Amino acid sequence: MCLSIPSKVVKIDTEYNIATVDTMGVQRTASLELMEEGSVVIGDYVLLHIGFIMNKIDEEDAMESLRVYQEILEALDEEERRALVLEDDNCPNREAV
Amino acid sequence: MSSLQLKDLYDGFRNPDVIKSFQKLIAREAEKLNRTVNIMEVCGGHTHTIMKYGLAQLLPSTINFIHGPGCPVCIMPKERVDHAYALSQQSDLILLTLGDMIKVPGSHGSLQDARAKGADVRFVYSPMDALKIAEENPDKKIIFFAIGFETTTPMSAALLDVVIKRGIKNIFFHINHVTVPEVMKELIDSRDEHVNSYDHRIDAFIGPAHVSVISGSKIYEIFPKHYGIPVVVSGFEPVDVMEAIYMIIKQFNEGRSDLEIQYKRLVTHEGNLKAQALIEHYFEKVDLFKWRGMGNVPNSGLKLRDEFALYDAEVLYKEVLPYEEIDDHKLCICGDILRGFAKPQECSVFGTACKPSSPLGSCMVSSEGACAAYYKYGNLL
Amino acid sequence: MTKNIVLAQGNGGEENAELISKIFYKHFKNEILEKSEDAAIIDGGRLAFTTDSFTVSPIFFDGGDIGKLSICGTCNDLVMMGAKPTYMTCAVIVEEGFPVSDLEKIVRSMKKELDINGAMIVCGDTKVVPRGAVDKIFINTTGVGVVQKSGISSNCVSTSDTILISNQIGKHGATIFANREGMEFSSALQSDCTSLWPLVEKLLSEGVAITAMRDATRGGVAAVLNEWAKQSKVCIEVNEETLPVSDEVRGICEILGFEAYNLANEGTFVLAVKSEDAQKAVEILQGFEEGHHAAIIAEVTHQYDGRVVLLSPWGSKRFMDLPTGELLPRIC
Repeated sequence: MCLSIPSKVVKIDTEYNIATVDTMGVQRTASLELMEEGSVVIGDYVLLHIGFIMNKIDEEDAMESLRVYQEILEALDEEERRALVLEDDNCPNREAV
Repeated sequence: MSSLQLKDLYDGFRNPDVIKSFQKLIAREAEKLNRTVNIMEVCGGHTHTIMKYGLAQLLPSTINFIHGPGCPVCIMPKERVDHAYALSQQSDLILLTLGDMIKVPGSHGSLQDARAKGADVRFVYSPMDALKIAEENPDKKIIFFAIGFETTTPMSAALLDVVIKRGIKNIFFHINHVTVPEVMKELIDSRDEHVNSYDHRIDAFIGPAHVSVISGSKIYEIFPKHYGIPVVVSGFEPVDVMEAIYMIIKQFNEGRSDLEIQYKRLVTHEGNLKAQALIEHYFEKVDLFKWRGMGNVPNSGLKLRDEFALYDAEVLYKEVLPYEEIDDHKLCICGDILRGFAKPQECSVFGTACKPSSPLGSCMVSSEGACAAYYKYGNLL
Repeated sequence: MTKNIVLAQGNGGEENAELISKIFYKHFKNEILEKSEDAAIIDGGRLAFTTDSFTVSPIFFDGGDIGKLSICGTCNDLVMMGAKPTYMTCAVIVEEGFPVSDLEKIVRSMKKELDINGAMIVCGDTKVVPRGAVDKIFINTTGVGVVQKSGISSNCVSTSDTILISNQIGKHGATIFANREGMEFSSALQSDCTSLWPLVEKLLSEGVAITAMRDATRGGVAAVLNEWAKQSKVCIEVNEETLPVSDEVRGICEILGFEAYNLANEGTFVLAVKSEDAQKAVEILQGFEEGHHAAIIAEVTHQYDGRVVLLSPWGSKRFMDLPTGELLPRIC
């Protein structure tokens, strides 16, 4: 169900209201019937479902999400690094220098 | 000029390190929980993600998934499948439907069986494929057996729109579209008798991804507002689902019940208004639609409005369509599974008499059904 | 099992295996047949013998045609048993109305592959049937090869073996599906249809200790690994991250909801080699264009005997099972 995938718009045919989209090198056509006229342009990232473009992917939101994930990753890495150092400092087997 | 690459939209939301990070964050929040919580993912696509990527294995035992009925092929009642079968037996007719639908078993067999016996049944990737087939077969009637939730309903509407605009005379529709909020409501209301049944209470919903792209997240407002149940609308990638779970657990710990959108890159509160308008123009709700294993879910089905009866195969073929109620297989507990009261492994015929190659019940038929997902991916849980 | 034959029984997966065992093996029972290898070892171990029928549609596809396939497919089955393809037969059933120029094109493709394998067609048969009785053209080829190294068997895989793959997976299946559906590509997607004798010849001559080999045709890599796990009674644990998949195949899989490891290959094979030779084998394969992406993909354990486990990059695991049903794309 809902097998919809992100694709990039590479061509628009206004006569038949169809866009050509590229999904990892595979090109297919999709209907623009569900989108407001003129709202989809070449270069847009869109969501494709059973031959129709369902919606445009909000690039800013996508990038914001990816940025947040990166921050989470870094914050956790930093915490772990600190914990390791602490563990090392408190290690009873460590000889006094 | 955006620096976002198409690959980022896939890989970025499947990043193993990010998944592991959310695993840690969820574990921390879950420590503060004082009880087990049940999260229902409504949509079959989410069940599939959870099973395929083994996400349940990454979560603490205090977080439990209840698999919802969000699989339009799975919930197709035998009576409607028999309609499709009956239609396929008519002369000079080509029956079209989407993917998994041809495998659903009816009383006489599935559409796949009908095809093996000579009926002209074809599966299509898109309703729009019907246009070419209709053009190539002017002497035949093309019936599009339409299935799906709000995600696919606008596409059927768009096809009808084109059919009317171009004056195409040989395409007709058998409508089996259903809507999601009504069944979510039904699931909660029907648990009233089980209110003390701790194990099966639904504490939060993971909202369907692509239904919400069309309908907007506004359709889930009643759950936090009226029932105090949080809803987080999530995307389909494993990072999306992990983030959504994190957001839900945080809500529990902060004593909130809100409607939130995790899938911000595609879902808005309002949704796709043009698609909604198309649906509104061509369809109306029906009071009675029996969901397989669940019985009638009020106001959850759609039919073509009367002014489009000309295109309605249910009207055209009324005399040949069977209307008796049919029971499911005796041993099939799909009803309980679809409502989240049982897990697939609890079914006595799971994996033995009932498997993807020979499904007895609906949950095994579609690749998104809970039983199919468990059969394919679930054995190591 | 169903009363009438259904399409799924030709899929190389679960239903196919059931049909073969319950109808064919039941009646044709014998020791050699039950070994279920890619080719039968006969004549006291001296020769390998196999047959295959080719019904691919479309008959001309990106990267090959039914002719090339009919030679590669059968020769590769011999090669997978460590035999050098020597003599072949060619039986053709062609539909009335089929263009003779296409037939010639196909036969020329076959000759090209025969030369790569160093084999020859020594007998054959041609049948012409009325329009519609077959879909354009069906070809059957049978091959006999001389065993160069004996003992290569899918019944012998053990924990002292490492599993490798020779190439990126799923190309043939993805190409056929896409060509059939009339999909357009801007990418270089094409079938991996190739004769494997040159690669195997090199592995054998360099003394790589090969336990088992199988080309991952219908049912893909999943089918091979499951067969080995079952026949050798071991567990094969695959590192998902190490499975080489090209972007183009990934694209098709994303769109159609397939797993690359369920898609057919016609020039990619799985090997089980003794662990100490694994790195050497990878390097030898990488020296060939068709082995450029060779990689180690799995190890053999006894975690869950008879099953194949897929390990995700984030620590979860699940079974990699035989595909079932027709390969229907997931659709809402």
